[in-house]
Amino acid sequence: MSDVTTTATSERGFFDEGQYPGIFAWLLSTDHKRIGLLYFWCIVTFFCVGAILGLLIRLELFAPGETIMGAQTYNAVFTLHGVIMIFLFIIPGIPAAFGNLIMPIQLGARDVAFPKLNLFSWYLYITGAILAVTSLFTGGGPPDTGWTFYVPFSAQTSTNVSLAAVAVFILGFSSILTGLNFVTTIHRLRTEGMTWMRIPLFTWSLYATAWIQILATPVIGITVAMLFAERIIGTGLFDPAQGGDPIMFQHLFWIYSHPAVYIMILPGMGVVSDIVPVFSRKPCFGYKAIVVSSLAIAFAGSLVWAHHMYTSGMSDMAVLVFSFLTFIVAIPSAIKVFNWLATLYEGSILLDPPLLYALSFILLFTIGGLTGLVLGAAAADVHVHDTYFVVGHFHFVMFGGTGMAFFAAMHYWLPKIYGRMYDKTIATVAWAVMVIGFLILYISMKIVGMQGMPRRYYDYVPEFTGLNQLATVGSWILAVGLVLMFANIIRGIFKGDPVEANPWGGASLEWQIPSPPPMENFGEEDPVVTHGPYDFTKAGIL
Amino acid sequence: MSGHVHKDYTGAKFGMWLFLFTEVLLFGGLFLLYAVYLARYPQEFISAGKELNVWFGGGNTLVLLTSSLFVAISITALRRGAKTLCLRLLGSTIACAVIFMVNKYFEWNAKISHGIYPGSDHLKEMQPGEMVFFNLYYLTTGLHGLHVIIGALVIAWAMFLIKKDQVNADDWVILENAGLYWHLVDLIWIFVFPLYYLILH
Repeated sequence: MSDVTTTATSERGFFDEGQYPGIFAWLLSTDHKRIGLLYFWCIVTFFCVGAILGLLIRLELFAPGETIMGAQTYNAVFTLHGVIMIFLFIIPGIPAAFGNLIMPIQLGARDVAFPKLNLFSWYLYITGAILAVTSLFTGGGPPDTGWTFYVPFSAQTSTNVSLAAVAVFILGFSSILTGLNFVTTIHRLRTEGMTWMRIPLFTWSLYATAWIQILATPVIGITVAMLFAERIIGTGLFDPAQGGDPIMFQHLFWIYSHPAVYIMILPGMGVVSDIVPVFSRKPCFGYKAIVVSSLAIAFAGSLVWAHHMYTSGMSDMAVLVFSFLTFIVAIPSAIKVFNWLATLYEGSILLDPPLLYALSFILLFTIGGLTGLVLGAAAADVHVHDTYFVVGHFHFVMFGGTGMAFFAAMHYWLPKIYGRMYDKTIATVAWAVMVIGFLILYISMKIVGMQGMPRRYYDYVPEFTGLNQLATVGSWILAVGLVLMFANIIRGIFKGDPVEANPWGGASLEWQIPSPPPMENFGEEDPVVTHGPYDFTKAGIL
Repeated sequence: MSGHVHKDYTGAKFGMWLFLFTEVLLFGGLFLLYAVYLARYPQEFISAGKELNVWFGGGNTLVLLTSSLFVAISITALRRGAKTLCLRLLGSTIACAVIFMVNKYFEWNAKISHGIYPGSDHLKEMQPGEMVFFNLYYLTTGLHGLHVIIGALVIAWAMFLIKKDQVNADDWVILENAGLYWHLVDLIWIFVFPLYYLILH
């Protein structure tokens, strides 16, 4: 991307230069790369915990009736699966881990705008995570409300919802601070020549995401705070006996939580937008269209929250309006998919693991997105609301989308960060196993949902047994793929072959510095950018 | 635009403004509920609003507005090198915060001694709209009171840094950001006061 003079640094880059001794080199570091890795390993750990809970849910559903756990335990397990996966994996996932690791380098900056605040965000994340886990073992037992905490049940249940609400509040605060840090960084710390239209699409997607984090997250903060007050001092703002309205809780909850699904997916789209051009050896088709569609998703995504509430008792007019707006928000997503396909078209495609994971994102996200339109259409939604069709849908977009993008980012950027390459053959095999398991698992869910199986029950009628067993077998195949993938990544970090600065032939700034990056990213001289992030000709790669 | 001792004032203020947006949206949830419930129970909101004492609320409005003036002058004072004056003005701001909270204590105390507080038996005998009004009143003014306390602590921290000369005539962005936060606390009260205390007028 520019003429960066490679400064002489040690082979271990930023791993060598801790400011404090021992473990404090990490726990007190304000270096964005170290904080990014702290996030990364915490997030991967929580993903594994959430995945194990998911496998337990599938195991319980292997046969009708009580298989391995009773109703109350099942409620707690699926609540925990949801809370961990949503608040501890998907929402912080790509922005906090790879955003911190890569975004400042892509801008040509030494760090984020507020490094100390960045470290503080991580501590808030860990505090929230510890409280969320603590809520399982203290008070009146693990929360059993589902991750949505709907009143009136959440206000009345004797389980430990109050502590979980505090955890969500703190995690939200962490998310807000990361968001405002990123927006300020992107506005203020772009290096010379890094104009807005030369920012890599991954960083652009983080910019759109960060705005949603800033503007939507406070609303969930006040909502769970009100739930907390209702439980502790009985403020009753959602209690009909005290003149309140439980529907208002749902509105406030989804005013955050629907934009939050774009906090989850936009960075994933950014990862794919960065990977596809590199492995097609072609400039990204429609760079500006992808930028604008990211911002359009951030904007339009804030106007569609009530499509989660078609069956909650809204007026027909409101249902119609929100259904219409929901269809509108599909347009910018489709623009991105077409642009990726056009980038691939007639490219010199290298089928390396990062591209494979990115391609599975495109496939699975498209399926998930289209089934989302089934749910967005009010008439169809009434039929499939709260069935396994919904569960299948959001696993396609969240796991097939964001999860796959997270894995793509892992295979794309971890060699840069650690300076070592994993085994590409094993990565490819793991990818194939995962996609097969994924499709078996979640397509079965969609079909059984169309047949009418409701979500959130530990039991079902015997007619659904076959598809449920198929789904459970799919979950095992998926688990094998996940284990293989993580084992390969971890082995690669320790024993992989050393890689040079630019193993994939990328043209953006992170590929112009050594792997692993040195402490201050670019040495004494700040880089000067002279061309766009996908201009492989000017970068001298083609 | 980088370097080891680099200080980006625009960036620091930009970040603070973004944070203030999030605070506005936090209170926005409560204002949204107020709007919806006001539309549903207009008469009961008015009858409940009569129970609030305009003098308490109006007095506190004056106190907060004055404190914001002190903060604004203190920043100019520091920039002109009048450190002692700046510290005195900030001390007066904290004094205003204390007066506000004491005033609030007496106001809440009077309400609670009349049996009007969330979950009380007296409150549960009232009309639904009145219950909502008082529950919202306690949550909103409570959350605002918490912000007054946080704001006072932030200003105390800025005073500490000024005393140690870490914030001075050449490097004052921390004080300016603390001031911005204090103005937000003031601003939110400017909306809370008419919505709850002046609703019948």
